[in-house]
Order: sequence, then C-alpha cells, then structure tokens
Amino acid sequence: MSKATVLLIDDETAFLEAMKRRLERREFHVETATGGMQGLELIEACGNRIEVVVLDVKMPGMDGIETLCEIKRKFPLVEVIMLTGHATVDSAIEGMKRGAFDYLMKPADIDGFTAKVLAAAEKRQAQEQKIVEARMKAITHRRA
Amino acid sequence: MQVIHTDNRPHYATVSRKILITFLVVSFLPLLVMTGSLLYQSHAFFHEKVKNQIEYLAKIHTLNIDAFLRERLNNIRFLAATRSYEELTDESGLRRILQRLQEEYGPVFSDLGIVDGNGRQIAYAGPFRLEGADYSQAPWFKEAMSNPDYVSDVFMGLRGLPHFIVAVRRQPRRGGRPWILRAAIDFRSFNDVVENLRIGKTGFAFILNRQGALQTETLADVKLAKASYMALFGRGGTGVREPVRFFERSDLTGIKSLYVTAPLKNGDWLMVLQQISADAFGDLRKTQGIALINLILGSVAIIASGVVLSRLVKARLLREDREKAMMNQQIVESGKMASLGELAAGIAHEINNPVAIMVEEAGWIGDLLEEETFQDSDNLAEFKRALKQINTQGIRCRDITQKLLSFARKSESRTSLVQIDQLIDEVVSLSTQHARYANVLIETRYAQDLPAIEVSQTEIQQVMMNLINNAMDAMAKTGGLIQIDASLDRDHIVIEVADTGPGIPETHLSRIFDPFYTTKPVGKGTGLGLSICYGIISRMGGRIQVKSAVGAGTTFTIHLPCAEAPPHQPGL
Repeated sequence: MSKATVLLIDDETAFLEAMKRRLERREFHVETATGGMQGLELIEACGNRIEVVVLDVKMPGMDGIETLCEIKRKFPLVEVIMLTGHATVDSAIEGMKRGAFDYLMKPADIDGFTAKVLAAAEKRQAQEQKIVEARMKAITHRRA
Repeated sequence: MQVIHTDNRPHYATVSRKILITFLVVSFLPLLVMTGSLLYQSHAFFHEKVKNQIEYLAKIHTLNIDAFLRERLNNIRFLAATRSYEELTDESGLRRILQRLQEEYGPVFSDLGIVDGNGRQIAYAGPFRLEGADYSQAPWFKEAMSNPDYVSDVFMGLRGLPHFIVAVRRQPRRGGRPWILRAAIDFRSFNDVVENLRIGKTGFAFILNRQGALQTETLADVKLAKASYMALFGRGGTGVREPVRFFERSDLTGIKSLYVTAPLKNGDWLMVLQQISADAFGDLRKTQGIALINLILGSVAIIASGVVLSRLVKARLLREDREKAMMNQQIVESGKMASLGELAAGIAHEINNPVAIMVEEAGWIGDLLEEETFQDSDNLAEFKRALKQINTQGIRCRDITQKLLSFARKSESRTSLVQIDQLIDEVVSLSTQHARYANVLIETRYAQDLPAIEVSQTEIQQVMMNLINNAMDAMAKTGGLIQIDASLDRDHIVIEVADTGPGIPETHLSRIFDPFYTTKPVGKGTGLGLSICYGIISRMGGRIQVKSAVGAGTTFTIHLPCAEAPPHQPGL
C-alpha cells in the first residue's frame, strides 16, 4: 500500500520523470501531467484517489495559480503544494492565499519534499475523517 | 561613481554675457531717459525762473526810478506854479525853499536856480558859486526852453560833478520871455536807488542814456565798452520802446552774462540788470551736478549688479545642468539596472529548471545506489561523494538564481515604520563577533530625533549587512574601522558606511553595482550583493552612491526618503 497518491503537474517532463521515479521508490503512488488542464482531467478520471497535487507555478497555457483555483473549486479536499523554480515571495503568498497547503523550491531536497507531501496527505485524510464523522453524526442524529 | 561632465565654459560665458548685456540695456535705458529728462526739465525750469526773477526786479525798479524822477519833476512844477516869479528870484526866499525841500526829501535837491529866457541864472540857492551863470549854450537849457518840463541826462556841467537837471519852463502872464525853474538832483541820491539793487553774487543794475553813457555808477570790473552799451539799445540807439528784453551775451573777456533791459524816462534812458550766467544759473548747475553724480553712481550700481547677477545665473545654470546631468545619469543607470534585472530574471528561470532536473536525476542515481547490487562496488563511496557534490552545487545554483531574482523581482515586501538607528544597531550587533575576528571596529553615530520611516525592515537589514560584510572583507587582512553615520538631510535620511580599507580603483567604481561584477576571488563572492542593495534602495525611492579612492577607504551613502514608501518601480 502506498503512502499517498500524488499528482505531479509540471511542463518539464524530465523533471516529472525523475520525481516520479524517486517518489515511487519511496512508496508513493505517482501520477503525472504536463499541464494544468491535463492535471484537472486526471484528477477527475482518478475519482477520489488523488490526495496531494504538486503543482509548478510557471507553466505555459494554464499557469499554476489558475490550475490551483480550478482544483480548489472542483476538488476542495485535494491538497496542493506549489512548486516553483523562481521562489518569489509574492507567488508563494498568492498560492497560500488561494488555498495551497505549502510551497517548495526547485531543486527540492527529496526528504523535505516527501515530508511536505506526507503532511499534506495527512491533512487531507484528517479532513476526510472529519467529514465521515460529521456524516455519521448526522445519520445518528436523524435516526435518534 | 558619478562623474559628471558639464563644464561647457564657452556656452556659459556666452549666456552670462547675453544676460549682462540685456540687464545693462534694460537698466540703463530708463536711467538715461530719466536723467536726460531731468536735465532738460531742470534747464527749462531754471531758465524760466531766473528770467522771471530778473524781469520782475527790472520792472519794479524801473517803476521806482520813474516814480523818483516824476516826483522830483512834480516838486519843481509845484514850486513854479505856487510861487511868483518875484518870490523865486529872491535868493533868500529861494534858499529857504531849498532848505525846506532838503528837510522834506533829504539831500536829493542839491541846488535851485531861476534861469531867464537868455540862459542867465538870475537867482541861485545852493552850495556852488553859480550866481549869474550863463547856460545859454547848455544842451539842457535848449531842451528845457522847448519843453514845458524836462529831465536832463547826467552831466558834469559848470560845477564839475555828475548831476542832472530837472527843469520847468514858465511863461509870464504879462508876456515876455519865458523863464526856467531848475533844480540839480544830487547824483549820489539817485545813484543809490539803482546801485543798491544787487542780484545774487554778481548781479547789479545801471542806467544808460541814448548815447550809451552811464547815468549811474556801476562795478568797474564789469564795465562794458560803449559799443556794447549801444548794442543793448538795439538799432543804433534810436530809443527803446519794448517794455522788457531778456538776453544772454558774452562780454569782451568771454564771460557770459544775462541782461535784462527796461526803458526809462520815455525811452531816453535804459535800465540794465546784468548778472553773470554762471551765478544766475548756479542752482541749475548744482541740480545738473547732482543728476550726473546720480547717473554715475547708478551706472556703477547697475554694472556691479549686472556682473553679480550674470555670475549668479551662470552658477545656477551650471548647478542645474550638473543636477540634470546627474539625474540623466541616474535614469540611464536605473534603465541599465532594470534591463539587467529583466535579464537576470530570465536567466534565473531558465537555469533553475535544468538544475532541478540534474539534481533530481542525481538523487535518483543516489536512490539506485542504495540497492544491494551496488553495495559491493569498490567505487560506491566515490559515487556517493560525487552525487553529494552534484547536489551541493545544484543547491548553490539555486541560491545564486534566488539572489538574482531578489535583485530583479517585483518586490512585495511588507513595509513597516522602522527606526533606522535601532535597525542599524541590530545589524551591527549581529556582525560584532565576525568583526572581532577580523580585527575590525564598528562605530555608529546617529543624529538626534531621526524620524521613523516606512520601509521593509528585512530589506534594509539585508542592505546594511551586505555593506558591513563587504567592508569587513575589504579589511580582512589589515583590520580597520567601519564608521556608520545616520543623519537627516531635509526630507531624506542619509546613511553612510565608511571603511578604512584599501579603496576601490576608479575603473571598478563605475561597474560596482552591476550584477556578477566582483573583485573577490573566484568562489568567494557572486557579485550580486551590491546589485541587490541597489535594487532594494531604488525600489524604496532612494539612491545609493559610492565614493572611493585607493588607499583612502570607501564610503557608501544611502539616501532614503522620509515620506511614505514610494510606489515600487516596475522592472526592478
């Protein structure tokens, strides 16, 4: 069983492949997409399986901030970590304001990377747990 | 760093000259017009004044003298009308009458006499021995016989003294030859009436007859030749009928005098008032002198003002041109830095992604090396070392691109009110340990009551830290002093960081804020520190400058506006 299911979205395929290999080796289930639109389609296709999205900020076409907004609008439970090759304070703050879990700088230390992905996955799971509990409480309350 | 070339001397000299000429023309024109007008007006005014004054005196005295003569004539006429021939020819009675006249009028009448129709004086009262004198050939007798009354010219006569005769002719009722009552008028008494008239220092009066002979005494040193007297009558002494004439004429010695003439005794005599022009127009000369002195002093003041003004304007122009050139240079500098910023941002972005891939691929190799297959390899340790080095250098690349971006980025740093002296103290305290090892002393000096300014605290700390570290690096071998001053210059806070290091050669100064420009050994500096400082200070609306001379140390000066934080400049 994998530690978490992660979707990597970046326009650099070489980077995607390297990260995928390294994360899979650390027992993460990894999906990859080379653009925001493709990433959104993949999240939808995978149902509820994608827990964490690692999203590059600067991409051609639909950029990271736009993709983040769409993900949060359509799949609010999915946690997003912003990944940027030019770690500007403003882009990071912009992402955080729009609901990103955290941000990482390229090149990222793999241990720091996996730690943040796990933290995001735990948050996602905790939120799911809260939702389940709330639903159970609602059903119990209705029966009572 | 800023070398300004604005010493365009010929241009400034031309501008200065044009300003001076314009100023002189504009100032002198009204001054000259005013002075000219004053001279003309004063000349006309004083001429009129002097003329009126002398003419008035002439008229008054003419009236007085005419009245004197008429009165004497009336005295005699009254005597002749009220006394009988017998009474008048009685010499004792005649003496009494003379005595009464002298008592009444003073020594005006010097004698009285009755002259018969043949010119023989038949009765006489007076101080001279003129009893029985024969006047049959005297011009006055002939004139007196042909006129009812007569006033003669001044003449010497039988007594040998100047006098004139007032005579009344009487016709006996019973017929026979007419007789004449005559009186000699004392010359001195008459002369006093005229001679006492003085005008200014040189003005006096005298009386001429038709022949140009003086009828009164006058000042000997200004006596005119007879021809000149005659000329005063006009048309060869045919009599003067014009009431008053005023003219200016030079005498034989070349001295200009004013003359006013007025007719007396029905035009037989001429009253003359004479005054030297220089005396008459003394006030005019004084006024003209004052006007000329004013003109000279005014001219000197105008020329001095013009020279000072043109020099001030020239200095102002020079200063403004220098400021303009400095501003242009700053604009060029800002533009250059903005372009470099754009370039740096592009490089950072393009480099960072491949570096990230390399680092991840190296990481992947590291992951693979963890497998058992490679554990027995002799080179495993060397592989791991090489991969670690790749990772380290990758992180170094990331740091460099980050610095590049912090120079180039559009900052969104949060600003707050910062007390600059406290902030500098904090940075200095962080550097103290490092400074001690480097044998560098850091001293701070702050002006009183420095205002708090709205800036990004972290960015100013970064700038100060950078400048202090650079100074310490420069003095690493020798040790020295870093002097940090903060003061207020109008609406700017000025921070100076001065070291006693070896200084920076002039060739390096112009490029010192360029990215990647460094004089440090390879691997010791990225050449981005001062570029970042430049970017930060420029975004705050301030400026950073450097002054340095080899052997004399280096001073960085930062000017930060005290007002609210200015809008960020795009492109930096």
